[in-house]
Amino acid sequence: MKRTLIALGLTASLLCAAACTNTGGPGGAGGDKVKIGVFMSLTGSTAQFGISSTNGIKMAADEVNAAGGINGKQVELLVQDDRSDAQEAATIVTKFVTQDGVHGILGEVASSRTIAAAPIAQNAKVPLLTPSSTNPEVTKAGDYIFRSCFIDPVQGAAMSQFAGKSLGKRRAALMVDRKNDYSTGLEKVINEVFPKFGGQVVITQSFQEGDTDFNGQLTSIKGANPDVIFIPAYYGDVALIAKQARDKGLNVPLIGGDGWDSAQLYTIGGAAVVGSYFTNHYSPYDTDPKVQKFVQDYQKRYGQIPDALAATAYDSAHIMFDAIKRANSLDGKAIRDALAATKDFPGVTGTVNFNASRDAVKPIMMIRVDEGGKYVIQERVVVEGAAMPSEAGAGGANTNTNANANTAATPAANTNATGNANTGANANTNTNANANAKATATP
Amino acid sequence: MSTFIQQLINGISLGAIYALIALGYTMVYGVLKLINFAHGDVYMVGAFMGYYLSNGLGAQWAQKLGMDPNGLVARGLLGGGAMEPSLITALVVMLLAMTICALLGVVIERLAYRPVRKYSRLTALITAIGVSLLLENGGQVVFGADPKFFPELFKKQNIDLGGGVSVNSSDIVVLIIAVVLMVVLQFIVYYTKTGKAMRAVSYNLQSAKLMGINTDRIIAFTFALGSALAAAAGVLVAIRIPRIDPLMGILVGLKAFVAAVLGGIGNIPGAMLGGLLIGITETMVVGYLSPTYKDAVAFAILILVLLFRPSGLLGSVAQEKV
Amino acid sequence: MPRYARNLVIAFLLLAALYALDYFVFDPSRRMISPYVARIIMLAGINITLAVSLNLINGFTGQFSIGHAGFMAVGAYSSAYFSVTYGKGIAESLGDGALGWGLALLLATLLGALVAGAAGFLVGVPSLRLKGDYLAIVTLGFGQIIVVFLNNIEAIGGARGYSGIPIVKSFFWIFLVAVLTIVAVHNIVNSAFGRALVSIREDELASEAMGVNTTRYKVMAFVISSALAGAGGVLLAHFDGYLNPKSFEFIKSFEILIMIILGGLGSIVGSILGAVVLTVLPEALRGFAEYRMVIYSVLLIILMITRPQGLLGNIDPFKGWRARNRAKTRTEAEEITAEDTRDKESVDKATLGERARDTSLGEGDTRP
Repeated sequence: MKRTLIALGLTASLLCAAACTNTGGPGGAGGDKVKIGVFMSLTGSTAQFGISSTNGIKMAADEVNAAGGINGKQVELLVQDDRSDAQEAATIVTKFVTQDGVHGILGEVASSRTIAAAPIAQNAKVPLLTPSSTNPEVTKAGDYIFRSCFIDPVQGAAMSQFAGKSLGKRRAALMVDRKNDYSTGLEKVINEVFPKFGGQVVITQSFQEGDTDFNGQLTSIKGANPDVIFIPAYYGDVALIAKQARDKGLNVPLIGGDGWDSAQLYTIGGAAVVGSYFTNHYSPYDTDPKVQKFVQDYQKRYGQIPDALAATAYDSAHIMFDAIKRANSLDGKAIRDALAATKDFPGVTGTVNFNASRDAVKPIMMIRVDEGGKYVIQERVVVEGAAMPSEAGAGGANTNTNANANTAATPAANTNATGNANTGANANTNTNANANAKATATP
Repeated sequence: MSTFIQQLINGISLGAIYALIALGYTMVYGVLKLINFAHGDVYMVGAFMGYYLSNGLGAQWAQKLGMDPNGLVARGLLGGGAMEPSLITALVVMLLAMTICALLGVVIERLAYRPVRKYSRLTALITAIGVSLLLENGGQVVFGADPKFFPELFKKQNIDLGGGVSVNSSDIVVLIIAVVLMVVLQFIVYYTKTGKAMRAVSYNLQSAKLMGINTDRIIAFTFALGSALAAAAGVLVAIRIPRIDPLMGILVGLKAFVAAVLGGIGNIPGAMLGGLLIGITETMVVGYLSPTYKDAVAFAILILVLLFRPSGLLGSVAQEKV
Repeated sequence: MPRYARNLVIAFLLLAALYALDYFVFDPSRRMISPYVARIIMLAGINITLAVSLNLINGFTGQFSIGHAGFMAVGAYSSAYFSVTYGKGIAESLGDGALGWGLALLLATLLGALVAGAAGFLVGVPSLRLKGDYLAIVTLGFGQIIVVFLNNIEAIGGARGYSGIPIVKSFFWIFLVAVLTIVAVHNIVNSAFGRALVSIREDELASEAMGVNTTRYKVMAFVISSALAGAGGVLLAHFDGYLNPKSFEFIKSFEILIMIILGGLGSIVGSILGAVVLTVLPEALRGFAEYRMVIYSVLLIILMITRPQGLLGNIDPFKGWRARNRAKTRTEAEEITAEDTRDKESVDKATLGERARDTSLGEGDTRP
């Protein structure tokens, strides 16, 4: 009994300790700083993506602070690592909105973590802007949840349209990472859209993260005799698949999404990936002076060429700062409204508008891999209305914007209140990619 | 048919690597009855050591020691930087990584496992999980969480065997090295005095002690041996598939552990057999069924085997275990 | 006062206390407590359910199972599917308020526990014939197989995760389930059934010789433990309204295992303490940024070295495995059962052989 009491006492005091730590709380909110919570996977399975994104955000914050802050207030970033875990992400966002009193939240590369955290931000009425979670579900959590990248279905449609229309390919093979929602999501869209351009998916093979030997699948693919192979997966797998495919004598073009974006794609893949194409948010070889300045600054600071994740995260931070500036207030509602009213924001990943479901609308770049690892812009793809995948509704086009009132918690109410601004834009597909791209390029 | 043979070759090559890691699990289990969950992470460290060595860390050390970084000593003994890719390079890098990991194994045993050896096995097991977490999390801090790409240690090429079957030279090299290492291990365990002591310890630790065997030293030696094999597997995997990251040991470690249990944990030939079986099954499932169920099938086979042969394929009580 | 009356009063008081806490302290609209702290406390509550239920099979029965996360996943996913499909309807039939959602959650919890228990039965019957490490790897294997299937079932989101589950974040329900789990395990352990379980842990052979149907008891304990884990999973599913198969891989099982061993195997209070400590610790270490998990693992190792029996361990964990009293017990058991078991001896040889090796290991413990 005594021991029980001691234990219960210990337990209680631990809980108290937890309760008492940083109760500094929301009280400090009204202060002279703009607090932005950043939750990212700095360790765990997608750490690399979280690190790139955090780098981009930190750079943006320093730029704004060096220029005198937002309406005279300095930006304070609170960066937390969620260990690539959804529950942890939800805990961090809870902490942000209750203990730390943040005014805005930037976060997560992976859709799963953003989906888990979004309802909390929504309930607390703190705007959350995700730089690179591409699952359409993400912004359905409510009207405080925004995304500054294109969603997967649009990206998949762009890939299909490019292969079918621009390249005139007819027989496609698909190589899918079955355990990965990014990959399976794109698979669905390609299956739906590619036939609209006269093509046909003749064979689908799958693998999973961590696999390194693709000879079995490639042998089967070769038997089906495709003229193009879609590999909606991450660059590490893609490079290995490309090498093994070329070894097998499969010399057709490979097409992928923003998961390919990394200098490592060429470093490992070498000649095997030259002549392949992938959709992306931006290209460091873009001649736009704004992009060039970003690339140079980033390189000076981190010694790497920024990857698309760093670029989208950098843009998302600036979009958030811009909205806070226009709101001229630290009130959640005001910032939310300003975010929604963002018009033609000139980002390094293109001109950003939000549609009625609070997803960014911007063009998708189709990148070609050239000798020497140069990722050049081949085409700025504007997905044709007819090619819009059913699932994309929300995302790319203005099609049905608010269809998604959904889940229990969220008041469907003002979902589309703000969407107006950008409507016309849908033509351009927007890109957003999920998480993954990352590049540790050579300086 | 040619596809089948091709798959079989892929499977054997993968299986040989699983077998190397499984050996470490099985040897430690043999002497301590401990499932050393940190073993998969030692394999990861081995791969990273190989990475740093082959990227010229050796040459930098050599320079610090005042040696010519392109000289024979630096290149031969320290896995120097600007080397021509060759088999010798690969071997040097592998041996150095093995040495480092052998030391790591001994350190882990001394600092973490020995203090809990006198307690229950479950305490030791949780300690092993702790060490595993430490290596994974520490690895992310020290090596960086992003994947690294292993340089090509020797020129790979495809060798056509005719009939549409081809083998990559890296597979052959991996297989040969793995077999040689297993033969060496067999020799150590069955034909040396230390090996005899290991077998004695595994048979009965207390009696072994009474017979004058320094059991602490034998246990440390077992860890060194197992960790060295894991490091070798790490470098070999990186040669075959040049992408490494600090969490790479979790899944492979788990599969190697499954392989060890499948063969009969504590049994050396069993570990080899189990490794090969898992490697081949996995490749076949990927090739002919769906890769999605790969892990499920590997575990399902393990479960079936254990239900009918509760101590694994080759494990039996009569058999001595190391 | 008769015993049952006293128990009724205690039960009533407990319910009232939980409800009062929920109503006056944890209701977010009252702003009594930071939602962040509330969240940590509730997560600790879920972990208490998981840890105490695992303790029943690992700590009290001595069967080394490390597939707990799999059963949790079965409970979580089955109940989530139920809630997504019928939850709103049930809640609305009672006015879409706390009462309606309470009923929906109650039904979901019962269903989740039932399905997880059934899964436990399917896994337990074949696997519990195995012992020690073999049982461990088989339960781990089943756990992983469950995750592989979850990844492949599109109806529940597959690899993208299952979103849109109604969120019922209730202190009352979480701690009601935790308390019920504690009471259930406590009562089981102090019943004839529980003593049989402990006898299996102490010496399976002897216990069988004494007439305990060990297989049946082991399976029963396993099913109960799985069902309770399923209930914990249900709470987790409705906590954030989002599930992902990745959350239920073997790492999660290890986490729960660490809780019960850190707290002290075979001690209910220990499990509670372990669950709380391991929920709070990573939060407390948040300030260390990327070194947080490194520190966490070092602390774990140091704790195991300095407190091998766990924070509150009063029993020698897995005595049945090692051999402090092995020689003595076995002689007794053999004396009693020598004749009855003669013909069984060949069958049991394997076990005995293993025990013999264990003995050697155990006796090694006495080294100076």
